[in-house]
Amino acid sequence: MSPFAKRFMRLRGLIRKESLQILRDPSSIAIAFVMPVVLLLLFGYGVSLDAKDIRLALVVEQPDAQTSSLTSAFHHSTYFKSITFHTIQPAERALVTHVVDGIVWLRSDFSARLLNHGDAPIGVFVNGVDANQARITQGYIQGVWQTWLQAYARQQGHDLAIPVRLEPRIWFNAAVRSTDFLVPGLIALIMTLTGAMLTSMVVAREWERGTMEALMVTPIRIWEITVGKLLPYFILGMGGMLLSVAMALWLFNVPLRGSFLVLSLASALYMMVALGMGLLISTVARSQFVAGQIALVATFLPAFILSGFIFEISSMPAPVQVMTHLIPARYFVAILQTVFMAGDIWPVLLTNAAALLVMMVIFLGLARHKTRKRLD
Amino acid sequence: MALAIKELLAVLKDKKGRIVLIMPPILQLFLFGYAASFDLNDIPVAVYNQDQGADSRELVARVIGSPHFHLYADIDHEQQISSLINNKNVLIVLHLGPNFSANLAKGPGTSAQVIIDGRNSNTALLVQGYLSTIVSDFNVDWAKRNGKPPPLASLKLRAWFNSNMVSRWFIVPGIVGLLTFIITTIVTSLSVAREREAGTFDQLLVTPMRPVEILIGKSFPGVLIGSLEGSFILLMAIYWFDIPLRGSLGALYIGMFLFILSAVGIGLMISSLAVTQQQGMLGAFLFMVPAVILSGFATPIANMPQVVQWLTYADPLRYFLIILRGVFLEGDNSSILMHYYWPMAVIAIVTLSLAAWLFRHRMN
Repeated sequence: MSPFAKRFMRLRGLIRKESLQILRDPSSIAIAFVMPVVLLLLFGYGVSLDAKDIRLALVVEQPDAQTSSLTSAFHHSTYFKSITFHTIQPAERALVTHVVDGIVWLRSDFSARLLNHGDAPIGVFVNGVDANQARITQGYIQGVWQTWLQAYARQQGHDLAIPVRLEPRIWFNAAVRSTDFLVPGLIALIMTLTGAMLTSMVVAREWERGTMEALMVTPIRIWEITVGKLLPYFILGMGGMLLSVAMALWLFNVPLRGSFLVLSLASALYMMVALGMGLLISTVARSQFVAGQIALVATFLPAFILSGFIFEISSMPAPVQVMTHLIPARYFVAILQTVFMAGDIWPVLLTNAAALLVMMVIFLGLARHKTRKRLD
Repeated sequence: MALAIKELLAVLKDKKGRIVLIMPPILQLFLFGYAASFDLNDIPVAVYNQDQGADSRELVARVIGSPHFHLYADIDHEQQISSLINNKNVLIVLHLGPNFSANLAKGPGTSAQVIIDGRNSNTALLVQGYLSTIVSDFNVDWAKRNGKPPPLASLKLRAWFNSNMVSRWFIVPGIVGLLTFIITTIVTSLSVAREREAGTFDQLLVTPMRPVEILIGKSFPGVLIGSLEGSFILLMAIYWFDIPLRGSLGALYIGMFLFILSAVGIGLMISSLAVTQQQGMLGAFLFMVPAVILSGFATPIANMPQVVQWLTYADPLRYFLIILRGVFLEGDNSSILMHYYWPMAVIAIVTLSLAAWLFRHRMN
């Protein structure tokens, strides 16, 4: 038998062994397939930044035709669910006890000042604890107020002169649906989990049990061990990715404006980076508990917070922005959001893919280096 | 008591194990505290101003001068817009047409077009909000300057409890809950599984100790480490991140104690179900991720579908987050928070008794 054929046989045996190991342990399958489904369902249905049914207290101290035209504007808005009060005290109590999220207060002189063209004030209080929601609530209240102002002026027979009218056009997501940007980002999160977390724990278990050393004294080369270990998890991870994409497209109706080929290639590249991180962590940690913890802190959490998945990178403090360049998920999230929502925009895709390629080489190289050093 | 000490030593004996108990929470605290914010600063803007009038220049100056935005480029061709947005060089392009000032002077009004990158829909909405505030301020001042009447009615906006609407005030108290939860669950979720893997758990069961005693021994490290690290993060939130603490610290600690007990219960339950450490770890993870997502930590529970909202009632972190934010920002005391104490107590009792029962009944 030629040396090449022998090498191939060894590799095949190793891959077969690893695959069997995955198939025997239901928890690996669980994390590769059940986790994506659970996470996607949770995020797709559970996590939404689009406020709806905001509970609002409308305080009308002196109800008449003018105030009812404004309150009905709030009743008709789909964003609000409103309760009417006639004095401010119970409404304030409702705000403190979380019964409502905001108050719109029309004082007794509202109509009089409105009719006399006197810049009638409308008091608006929102619960500012959740600053993001507070801003969005204020934005919706402003929207209702502006629409009402125009309708009211027209009804009075004169056109309302708004000096400058803002005309926003939101590209790529005209309906401003948060699912469309959360679900693609989530794919990065899921692949980080399957790639880095699972690999690091499984390989750490081999170190813990001493089977890794046993493997090393066989004639198998280190790169063969690496390939043999990684290939089954690569396939597992890509399976999870395909499942997530299918769910994104057909369950959550996220558009895929770029090409599927680009998406798959980028995902394969990121999967290699994640596997490299997993392998590196396991060779450093060598115990499952430590490996799991490091994987959580070094891969999953940064992928969640520092990748631009939810939080805007350009608004972070400068040192944190520099740190985000070390997080592989950052590049993959940019690729995903662009391929899904904007299309194949090559300048974005190529620069981010190049960064991923560099990281892959570094992580796999380091992991290999560490493994060899331990044997000496 | 001896068992409690033994359990604590089991957690602390490994040097790497000790490090992973202390370093990650601190790292996460800073990461979250500084990076996790919905507030937008220095958003890159491109300006396409075809108008030469003073009014258009004033509006542009107001946008660029705001702390939320900074000028990335002035452009002079319509074609440049799409590449700047597509390539993520800028998040918005402000476009004022050639007749902006003329139409403004002639009346009844003019328009300012703004193109926003919607790839992150939340950012797009917030940017739109910032811009409309700037434009409406401009309108009020312009009307005043040109002797035009003000709008018939105007909004006087105010935010309670967090008047500047700083995201950090919302996120950092949440981190106290999040990290306490993660540490406590991780420490306990491996404790039974580790012994099962080593085979020493069966030995423990044949000693004269009652399940309740084993339960107390097993809970001890989780409760101790959880409260110590929880208190540390609390101190950091108050003194490092300067989050105002307006309510009673006692009310907060009642909540923290009940919360840690329920997290210990959940961790021990997972641990008794698991046969190997890996399964314990995965189980803890499979529980923690949804529990964090559904707790209201980053996105409001009120936005979730009704069925998912029902699920959140079983999540102890949900209650603890309300308590933390209530005590920090809204100045709550223990009588207001009663509603949120008892569900955690119920969760703790149920999960701890289940765990004790599982000690004996889960033999492979």
